Amino acid sequence: MKTVEFAQNLNLELLFSTDKDMNVEGVYVGDLLSIVMAKAKQNYAWITIQTHINIVAVADLLDLSCIIVVENMEVEEETLEKAKELDIPIFKTKESAYSVACNLFKMGIK
Amino acid sequence: MTENFLKRYSFNIVANDFINAGKASSAIKGNLKSMGINAHIVRRIAIISYEAEINIVIHSIGGQLHCDLYHDKIVITSTDVGPGINDIEMAMTEGFSTAPESVRELGFGAGMGLPNMKKYSDDFKITSGSKGTEIVITIFL
Ligand SMILES: Nc1ncnc2c1ncn2[C@@H]1O[C@H](COP(=O)(O)OP(=O)(O)O)[C@@H](O)[C@H]1O
Ligand SMILES: [Mg+2]
Repeated sequence: MKTVEFAQNLNLELLFSTDKDMNVEGVYVGDLLSIVMAKAKQNYAWITIQTHINIVAVADLLDLSCIIVVENMEVEEETLEKAKELDIPIFKTKESAYSVACNLFKMGIK
Repeated sequence: MTENFLKRYSFNIVANDFINAGKASSAIKGNLKSMGINAHIVRRIAIISYEAEINIVIHSIGGQLHCDLYHDKIVITSTDVGPGINDIEMAMTEGFSTAPESVRELGFGAGMGLPNMKKYSDDFKITSGSKGTEIVITIFL
């Protein structure tokens, strides 16, 4: 599935255009970076309210498939620049982490 | 260094530079990955080097991160100049953190850095004094 399609299916806003294929093998929800570092795995979608540029470093180090920023948090410009550079899709939504997690579950991601 | 030694990657880490924090770890990870090192080992090293790097950024006034590659092991060394750690046992406790509120808001300061560095290593050595901290971590291949 392409990022655009993924965004449409989950009603998320894709914050920059990318042609990347989404390969989501799991989901992790968390806002404390050390805990995400230890728990999230390769090709996981990461749901968070953090927006600081360091979330991109975490996603890159873990080979996460994407970052989904919830609760309508504003994502900093430098975060987007870095994500673009590394081609790590960032989505945004005004929904809660729980709601996005439920939608991912309905999509078949366990 | 023994004949077993292959290569060293070194990085300067600047205190309070949250924009570049993680770059050294990313470079280490990228190098190990492209050398075909096992993915589980690369993941462990990514966690360890990231936590070491972030600790230099937050808690010290600057330092270096080294990754030494041997035939049979990888050694990550973090050295910094700074206040050091008064009570290492306390610092190693899960959840203990002296990180200021301003960085906690960004998601740092969970107090899980040192415990996780130890958890994901095969050998973990830390020495700290009033001039700084050195951590040497070994992962066997
Ligand atoms: N390089 C360092 N220099 C000085 N103090 C450190 C250093 N690394 C860790 N510490 C101390 O140990 C504590 C625990 O570290 P850590 O487990 O990484 O948690 P955190 O970084 O989230 O606070 C820190 O809050 C700090 O007081
Ligand atoms: Mg830490």
